[in-house]
Amino acid sequence: MTTTFVVLSYLLTFGGTAALVAAMVHRGRRLARQVPPEDRPWT
Amino acid sequence: MGRAMPAPSTTRNVTGTRFTRGLGIATLASIGLLAVLGLVVTPADAVQRNGVRIMYVHVPSVWLAYLAFVVTGVASAAYLWPRTRSLTWDRIAGASAEIGVLYVAITLVTGSLWGRLSWGRYWVWDARLTTTALLFVTYLGYLAVRGLGGTHPQRARRSALVAMFAVVEIPLVHFSVQRWNTLHQEESIAKGEINGLMLFAIFWGVVAFTLLYVWLLLHRQRVMAMEDAVEDRGLDRALVERRAEALVGRT
Repeated sequence: MTTTFVVLSYLLTFGGTAALVAAMVHRGRRLARQVPPEDRPWT
Repeated sequence: MGRAMPAPSTTRNVTGTRFTRGLGIATLASIGLLAVLGLVVTPADAVQRNGVRIMYVHVPSVWLAYLAFVVTGVASAAYLWPRTRSLTWDRIAGASAEIGVLYVAITLVTGSLWGRLSWGRYWVWDARLTTTALLFVTYLGYLAVRGLGGTHPQRARRSALVAMFAVVEIPLVHFSVQRWNTLHQEESIAKGEINGLMLFAIFWGVVAFTLLYVWLLLHRQRVMAMEDAVEDRGLDRALVERRAEALVGRT
């Protein structure tokens, strides 16, 4: 049980992070089609 | 002749810069090292045995959540202060709160798994656990307030005021183990109860998660800036349409 819980903890932590990153990248790419580069001062 | 397609660079690397790409590589490398340290290199604890390995993601997660909520508070104060008022502060506050909510949720779940191994229970209504759950619900409420609608300045002012109250909960959570008799242990690191490789793994986790936080914050607030720009364009378009309708109505 200990090994399962330890592995589950790491999967949840890194999986949750990966899900947030994926959602952010997807949303960013979708929005980029509507926002011209001049409205993105960091580029 | 059809219109030229936009260059691929407009939808790739949308929120990235040379700095964030470097930071992203450093973050990935440090997280990889943390996983190796936490799962392979560090020894099992004499009391907790292998269950202690959960601590190497649990402690950095709560650190990241605290950091994120403090930044939300500071950015909200900067927005409310007339001399520094800017929607950039509002977006930093909102982006930071979103990240903090995810990591406080991870803290609650990993802590619950650790609790099952150490205490035999997934959850107890202990002061630390209860105040952490309250912190989670409070910042969910903060995000709900951000989504209520209105203009960007209205959203910024409303949510900044909520953040000013919410940030007070952080010391309440942190010092709950000292103020009340709790099942949750007191600060083991400050008391020097952890040392050697175990201490290094926790320290490394905090460094890795701090890098991760900065990377996430930079990207998320840039995505928010684009969301605001798209909303503004929609409003401008709607205004033009209403004016045109009004002109047609007069003639």
